[in-house]
This record gives sequence, structure tokens and C-alpha cells, in this order.
Amino acid sequence: MAKTFMKPEALSDQHTHYCPGCTHGVIHRLIAEVIDELGIRGRSVGIAPVGCAVLAYNYFTFDFQEAAHGRAPAMATGIKRVRPDLMVFTYQGDGDLASIGMGEIVHAANRGEKFVSIFVNNAVYGMTGGQMAPTTMPGQRTTTSPFGRNVEDSGMPIKVAELLSSLQTPGYITRQTVLKPKYIVKAKKAIKKAFTYQLEGRCFSMVEVVSTCPTNWGLTPHEAIQWAEDTLLSYYELGDYKVPE
Amino acid sequence: MSKVLMKGNEAIGEAAIRAGCLNYFAYPITPQSEVAEYLAHRMPEAGGVFLQGESEVAVSYMIFGAAGCGAIVFTTSSSPGISLMSEAISYIAGAQCPAVFVNIVRGGPGLGGIQPSQADYLQATKGGGHGDYRLLVMAPASVQEAVEMVMMAFPLAEKYRNPVMILGDGLIGQMMEPVDFPENLKTEPTNKDDWASNGMDTRGANSPNIVKSLFLDNKLLNDNNMALKAKYDRMKKEEVRYDTYNLDADYEMLIVSFGTMSRVNRTAIDNLKEEGLEVAMIRPMTLFPFPEEAIRQASLKENCKAVLSIEMNMGQMVEDVERSVQGKVPVKWYGTCGGDVPTPEEIMNFIKEQK
Repeated sequence: MAKTFMKPEALSDQHTHYCPGCTHGVIHRLIAEVIDELGIRGRSVGIAPVGCAVLAYNYFTFDFQEAAHGRAPAMATGIKRVRPDLMVFTYQGDGDLASIGMGEIVHAANRGEKFVSIFVNNAVYGMTGGQMAPTTMPGQRTTTSPFGRNVEDSGMPIKVAELLSSLQTPGYITRQTVLKPKYIVKAKKAIKKAFTYQLEGRCFSMVEVVSTCPTNWGLTPHEAIQWAEDTLLSYYELGDYKVPE
Repeated sequence: MSKVLMKGNEAIGEAAIRAGCLNYFAYPITPQSEVAEYLAHRMPEAGGVFLQGESEVAVSYMIFGAAGCGAIVFTTSSSPGISLMSEAISYIAGAQCPAVFVNIVRGGPGLGGIQPSQADYLQATKGGGHGDYRLLVMAPASVQEAVEMVMMAFPLAEKYRNPVMILGDGLIGQMMEPVDFPENLKTEPTNKDDWASNGMDTRGANSPNIVKSLFLDNKLLNDNNMALKAKYDRMKKEEVRYDTYNLDADYEMLIVSFGTMSRVNRTAIDNLKEEGLEVAMIRPMTLFPFPEEAIRQASLKENCKAVLSIEMNMGQMVEDVERSVQGKVPVKWYGTCGGDVPTPEEIMNFIKEQK
């Protein structure tokens, strides 16, 4: 009987350390599928962030480097500039990319660095235990906003895709999600497009993926998906924000 | 090759290219910006990579990324910039990647000043960043020596898979001196296939290399730190370099001094000799590893009454000098840290006061 579905070669047999209902696993798989389909595993280098995905390299079967908090785009720049033939991507959460690493991502995008950033936005710090992120929703309770995010002193959540798409340098900036199968299919297409742009040496790409954190949201996996769809997707609207000419 | 007259900062840039380093990332800061200005045209001409990053923080992680995928890479900065790079230097040391950092030191703390200083001695030799790591630190006393040390730094970084720092000062960077570029200090590329994330196809492998400094398992973290310590112990055995001046004389005082400061001391020593006072000097060329044994032996010479640590800072290396002398003779310190290099007369007066 012919095999019609299998684990991507770019994915390892590692048991997951992610929580039930977390979408990192889905996003990891999409990246692995794309890398398999493009046949670039042997020249791929991922940059792991600081956060829940710091151990991302345990799940993939190609080279990785581990960054300090927020610095993945600078490391990817270093690799891509000295080895343009390598296929480089950063994998970053919202605390990592939108807070401590905001400088690095903006300048990498503005220089038009030819790598891909996968930006997993779940509106909270995960690994450190559920603190407020720049992407936390108004009124959202976290361990450092116990009364709910007060926009009077913390400002409004940062829309990273919109912010990066305001740069004049050409790039591919898109926001996707993996909350339901219909979204997953689109997210994979976006990730594949981003890696294809890199293969062609065309532009910087950022794929923002609206994600979940049931543990730190204090919700069940099912409730988390519902909350994300109702609350996050109405603020973080899906779609392509910028495409190269 | 015949000698050419070059400014220190430009000579440092040229030295890296001659050594075989064709990858440079940097951010402007006085008094070393001429390195970046020089390499902005010279690096592309040599077929290399030049990139001005958005901050010293970003630049230091560009260095980490490039070093982690196997490239020979370096950056230059000055004191406040090195503070910003110290986080990455810790990561690079922890992940055991080779990289070269040049610090053209200016006065501190804070913004301090832009004139020559040696106030980053402790930062360079005792840490700067967090965790148990050391840098191999070399301190040039001339533009020629800066060239040679930069060229030596790359193979040393490769040998130890550890960051190497050149600790110059504003004077070394800004002054012009005749230099030649030794032909024999070319860095040979080493095989990094067993650790670098250079792409599995590059090394014909089917298993990934992970460049990282995180070891959540206590034993693995301890093992990594033990491996680092073994490298630092080996540096102490194999890499100690120093120069001596008037050490054959029957000296009453022994100066320990490095870099620009040591040049002034030579004049003071010559002048005092004419006045009938014999003073010798040991000039550490490596600050880590420190020439402890040479200083200890020299301090034990029959008529040596004191060891004088003379530095352009408020007393930093003096702690290592005390450690080396081990209390056998008194250790005194003299220094300034405003940006003015002490004159030979100031040094002579200080030495005479110690009699």
C-alpha cells in the first residue's frame, strides 16, 4: 500500500515538551513540511529564540543556532551575509521579537536581509510564566498585569505585521494563524512563499502566526482556540500586509 | 614588504584582511570609527563582507551568527560599545565559537571621554559579560604590534574556539606609525565540520550541528564549564607573552605596565638610569593569560625593593600584579584616568618617591 501521509524528514522523533493546546507543534510541522518540499534541509539553519521554543532544535533534523533574547535576526544576518547559500530562518515569540528584539527585527527587515522570520504571537510571555507582552490585549490578565492590561500606562498592543509593512524596503509581510485547519492550509502556503522568496534571493519575509497559550491564559485548549479566534483575530487581522513587486 | 605609514585604526583593518579575515561587522564609535571607514571600501575591494549594524548589540550577534556557521569574523569598537557587546561575548564563549574583538579603549565609566585609557582592563580580563568565561587578551604598545596581534588573534581564536580580544587604547588607534604586514601570519582555515552550523550538505553529513550555550541538565552545564576551564588552563601554559626592559640591570624597582603606558615608562627608565637609579620593566603582552611567574621571579631579584603597577586607570592590573608578587615585596600603583597619558617626569617623580 502506498504511503500517503508521513512525518516530514525535517522533523525529529523528539517527544513534545509543549503544553496541550499549544500551537508550536503545528507551526514546527509546517516549517518542516516546507523545508522537505523545497528540498533545502541540507542547507537550512534555524535560529532558536529565548522562550518556549528555545529547544526548537530538538524537533528539527537540520542545523540550528541558539540566540540570546531578541537577537535572532542579528544572528541570522551574520549567517546570511557570510553564507548566502544557506537557508536561514528565525523562530521567535512575541516577547522575544516584539519587546526585547524590536530593534533587531526592524533593522533586519529594513536592510532587506534575505531570510525568513516566523513570528509566533500568543499575546503573552510563555516560558517565563505568563507575563504581559507588548502584544497582550487591553484588559488581558497576566502575571504582571493582574488587573488586566491598562493601556493608559502600557499602551496598546503592537501590531508587528502592520509596523514592519510600513518600511519602504521591499519585503513579504503576512499574518496567519493555525487555530483551525482552514487557517493551517493558508499558513503553510505563506511559509512556503516566504522560503521561496529566500531561495530566489528576493527579500526579507516575516510570517506572523497568531497562536495560543492555554496554560498562561488559564483556559482549556478548546477555550483557548475560541478566545484567540474571538479576541485576537479581531485585533490582529489576518492577511498579506506587504508582498514584493 | 616595505614599511608604510598608517594610522593605527586603518592598520588594524588592513591587518585583519592580510590575516585572511574577510568578514567584518561594526558600529561607529570614537576613537575607532576609522576601522569601519577603512573597511567600508577595503573589504568589498578584497571580496569580503562589510556591514554596519544598527547597534553594538546587533553587531555582536552578527559576529556570533557568522562565527557559529564557521566564518572567520571580527569587529572593532570602543569601551561603551564593548559593554553592549559583552552579552554576546558571553554567549560566544559559552557556545565555543572563535571570534576577534578589538577594543580601542577610551575613558569611562559611562560616556567617560574619547581620549586614551586603559580602564577596561578588568572588563577584558575578568569578564564583562556573565558566567564563567575568559577571553584571550592581547595589549599592543605600537601600531606595528597592533597589526601583529590582530593577525595572531585569528589563529588563536580558532585554536581555542574562544573569543580573543585586542585591548588597545585611543592612542594606538589614532596615531600614525610605520608598519609592515608580516607574510607569515596568514590564518589557515580550520575544519569546523564537527561543530559549526555550516549546513549539513556543506559537510556531507546527515546529522545536525547545534551551536548553543543552554545546558538545562546540571551535569552537562558543568561539563561545558569544565571544558572551558581546560582551555583557559591551556592558555595559561601556552600563550603567556611579555616583553622586558632593563631586566638585566641590578634594579631597585620593577615596573609592570602594558600598552601605551609602557612606552612612557621606557623613557622614564632611561632618564633614571642616567641619574643612577636602575629600574626594570615587565610589559605583559597578554593580559589574560597574565605573566604571573615572570613578574614573581623578577620581583625576587636581590635589590628589588618594590614593584610598581603603572596604568592609565585607577588601579586595575595592580590586583594581578599583587597576586603575582605574592607579598614578597611591596606593590605600589600609579595611574591617571582622564585621558592624558602621564609624562616621563610624572613617572620619574613617582618612582623616586618610592625609594
